[in-house]
Amino acid sequence: MRSNKVGWWLLAPTLVILGIFGILPFIYVLYLSFHQWNPFGANPNQVFIGANNFRRLVFDAEFLTAIWVTLKFAFFAVFSEIVIGYLLAQLFMREFPGKGFFRTIHTLPLIVAPIVVGSIWRLMTTPSVGIIPYYAKSLFGMDINIGRDAGTAFFFTVVMDIWHWTPLVTLTLLAALLSLPKDPFEQAQIDGASRAQIFWHITLPMIRPAILATVFIRLMDALRTVDEVWMLTGGGPGAATRYIGLHIWKVVFPKTDYGYGAAISVIVLYLTLVMCWMLYVGLVAPRNKGNS
Amino acid sequence: MRPSNPWLNVLLWILLSFATLFPIYWLFVISVKPAVDLFTTPEIILRSLYWKNYVEVFNDPTLRRYMTNSLIISTGNALLCSVLAFMACYALSRFDLAGKENIFFWTITNRMAPAAVFLLPFFLLYTKVFAIGDFKLYDTRIGLILLYCTFNLPFAIWTLRPTIDGIPKELDEAATVDGCSTWQTIREVVWPLARPGMAVTFILIWVFAWNEFLLAATLTSFNARTITTGLSEYVTTTGTAWGKMAAISIFTLIPALIIFSMVQRSIVAGLTFGAVKE
Repeated sequence: MRSNKVGWWLLAPTLVILGIFGILPFIYVLYLSFHQWNPFGANPNQVFIGANNFRRLVFDAEFLTAIWVTLKFAFFAVFSEIVIGYLLAQLFMREFPGKGFFRTIHTLPLIVAPIVVGSIWRLMTTPSVGIIPYYAKSLFGMDINIGRDAGTAFFFTVVMDIWHWTPLVTLTLLAALLSLPKDPFEQAQIDGASRAQIFWHITLPMIRPAILATVFIRLMDALRTVDEVWMLTGGGPGAATRYIGLHIWKVVFPKTDYGYGAAISVIVLYLTLVMCWMLYVGLVAPRNKGNS
Repeated sequence: MRPSNPWLNVLLWILLSFATLFPIYWLFVISVKPAVDLFTTPEIILRSLYWKNYVEVFNDPTLRRYMTNSLIISTGNALLCSVLAFMACYALSRFDLAGKENIFFWTITNRMAPAAVFLLPFFLLYTKVFAIGDFKLYDTRIGLILLYCTFNLPFAIWTLRPTIDGIPKELDEAATVDGCSTWQTIREVVWPLARPGMAVTFILIWVFAWNEFLLAATLTSFNARTITTGLSEYVTTTGTAWGKMAAISIFTLIPALIIFSMVQRSIVAGLTFGAVKE
């Protein structure tokens, strides 16, 4: 009836913009990763060096540390968020006065800019300004100094992430719980199943796809966390909280070793995509198929 | 599922809400204290309000420029993305284009990539490659507006598609039979029906662009800096001005809070790629 030409014309601006600002940078960074290029170095020209940049990566202790702490951070943050989020979602399944109001408050952190989240937690934890070190000292005699102690700094980046993103987990899992049929639960109760049994054999298998999808979304976000952590700890002390995004931004970039920086970018993108794909193919896709 | 005292729940949620709100409240407390009071015993209850931090922030021409930039960039990006996404979704929904579902999924992969990975290529493209004469995209507002499309346009397409798909095709066909051109059909039939969905998309993108930090910090130096980068500058150069830093944070927070109160439910749907529908 109407020609497809019009359709392509309507789609064209989107394709052009995503082509220039999505694909082109990718090709460019891929191209650079096979070159040696430092405009302020001994040889300012681009020189093709094959896979040498990638070979350097394998022995780059700083880079490997960054990958390791990122994975550790993502694991602790996402795991805690799923557990806490699930418990809170269960709480929201009950009826109580003011439920809508509490839900609104619980959702609030989601909208706060990451950089502001960082500044909020910095004000909470910086010695002498923050309230946490003060009360930890006066009530428990603990010395909390995120600028000095690596473990504490790591712990607070995780706490900050939990504060910021648990609401998202709560709400996705709540939606999943609300969509479950009631019959299996009633039947199980009649049959005398314990609470733990109901959880392991009925609730968990049924909301498994929702949990996996949530883990997927959260993991992708946790792996690329930069703003909050930069604001809270600046990657320190030392390199204890220098997560991979931060590593690219704060270490690779200012060195103007662009070829090598490009190789790191490519590898990080590749690792993210592979993890993404493995999670999707291995966990999310088959369960969805089985359940539909 | 099991009988429990509802007031126990309320009590529990009051405690949890306290945990959620206290850090934000603390930000406010710091922002309304004079610097000399910061290093004494932390007081949770405010006895007096000291507004000078806000006045100083508001009277600082640099910060005012940053705020204007943020406003222009977020609004520009939200407008551009919503209009382009509307066109794209209409095309994907109503035309039988070859490989259109693949295109649809391809768009979303753009959003999945970590922004940090694109810092280096964008920086080099903006400073060295995308240049016409003396004009470079580096440190320009239009540069950031276009750049944010990489992440926000796929999001807009993703969230608008169900809206456009939900408008019955029969309405378009009836309009065509009545002699409307494609343009008239879009303007008279589809656009009015898509408006509520468009509004939500627009608002969400506005917030994303407003909140963005990493790319703005890397790809601007002076003219096009946004308020989020302004906030970060404050910490590094004058790390001790906690009051002012808190005041700028509050300024950054306010627009998002206003918007949050307007479209709370849609925000959740948007952030989960439509996994949570209400």
